[in-house]
Amino acid sequence: MRAFIPNYQLTTPASLADALTLLKNEPGVWKPFAGGTDLMVLLEAGKLGHRNYINIWGLHELRGIEATDTHITLGALTTYTEVQANPILRREFPMLCQAASETGGLAIQNRGTLGGNIVNASPAADSPPALLVYDAEIELVSTRGSRWLPYQGFHTGYKEMHIEPDELLARIRMPRNTADITHYYRKVGTRKAQAISKVCFAAVGKTDDGQIADTRIAVGSVAPIVLRCVQTENTLRGQKLDDATIQTACDTLVREISPIDDIRSTAKYRLQVAKNLLVDFLATIRA
Amino acid sequence: MSQTVNFTVNGEARGVEVFPMARLLDVLREQLQLTGTKEGCGEGECGACTVIIDGQIVNSCLVPMAQVDGAQITTIEGVANGDDLHAVQQAFIEHGGAQCGICTPGMVLAAVDLLKRNPQPTENDIRNGLAGNLCRCTGYMKIFESVVRACQK
Repeated sequence: MRAFIPNYQLTTPASLADALTLLKNEPGVWKPFAGGTDLMVLLEAGKLGHRNYINIWGLHELRGIEATDTHITLGALTTYTEVQANPILRREFPMLCQAASETGGLAIQNRGTLGGNIVNASPAADSPPALLVYDAEIELVSTRGSRWLPYQGFHTGYKEMHIEPDELLARIRMPRNTADITHYYRKVGTRKAQAISKVCFAAVGKTDDGQIADTRIAVGSVAPIVLRCVQTENTLRGQKLDDATIQTACDTLVREISPIDDIRSTAKYRLQVAKNLLVDFLATIRA
Repeated sequence: MSQTVNFTVNGEARGVEVFPMARLLDVLREQLQLTGTKEGCGEGECGACTVIIDGQIVNSCLVPMAQVDGAQITTIEGVANGDDLHAVQQAFIEHGGAQCGICTPGMVLAAVDLLKRNPQPTENDIRNGLAGNLCRCTGYMKIFESVVRACQK
């Protein structure tokens, strides 16, 4: 059943400071509302349980992409369209651009935000696997100040995360250390455009004289959270990239992820596809 | 509580008294009687409700009114210049780009937006530009062909 619209509040603060004050004064009462591409779907379906939202879409403090020699920092309201248009991201963080280009169609990409994708905390979100592999950090702000934390570990369970009721995700930053590394991103869905993923796989790696010098791997849609596959990485790092190593990595990945049957796919299919993508990634860095 | 939201639709300044979470789609159709914008899925999958806000296509079913205060909006009613149809509209007529018509306003706006950003799109650019618009009649090739022809004008 459709939602009864008058039941919902969507207040527009004049500044970030005003938004943070509201979050502090009435903790738990207000939640942020960014591009609306997830929340409005729930609203129409009558499944938007929370009633009071702060419209942060117009807060310029949460926009913009800035680069230093060592990092690139994105405002939480950076849209998928803005991600794809940024020359540094295209050159150095191609998986994030690819994830952005494969999230919904253009109308969604114009409205959906990177910060929203993180805080909405869908295990099937497309940009988090790339952000995890790129060692992203996130900044949470409140009237108490600001804190940066690694994105890895931010999500603790299905739709659960390390954020206090008075905090807002403000920025995302990634170290610019991706030179000479192979980027591998594959989203597997029902159709090429618009689909929600059945499995999403992001990884970077490089080999040195046949040995795996470095690798980072993350997967979506195969666990309650988007998962950085630390154990799988550990079986690979420093190893000779041969059939035995690949087999060990696949066996570890299967233990590390926990896919389920749902409307989009089955646990069995997801497990097989995740293994296939790992093998394909390793073949890519071996080449 | 309802509030006044002011914005521009097809070049005309409008002010409406609405609830902030009301969908732009509903306000366009029911309060402004701009029924060219269609509702398909109501969840951002089909593109039937596509409109242009500040130069970018959006799904109007996913935009709450609080986010359009001060915005410039173009709907399908604002694409033609009086009786002069846009090249995309003319091409849809000449090349059979519309069947039942429900997806057509969204398809046309997505194509108008694409040609504005990229006047000489490749076939792949056209497919990407229309990827968020579904046609239940499955008349995709005629739609695609219409957009190709519109680029050649």
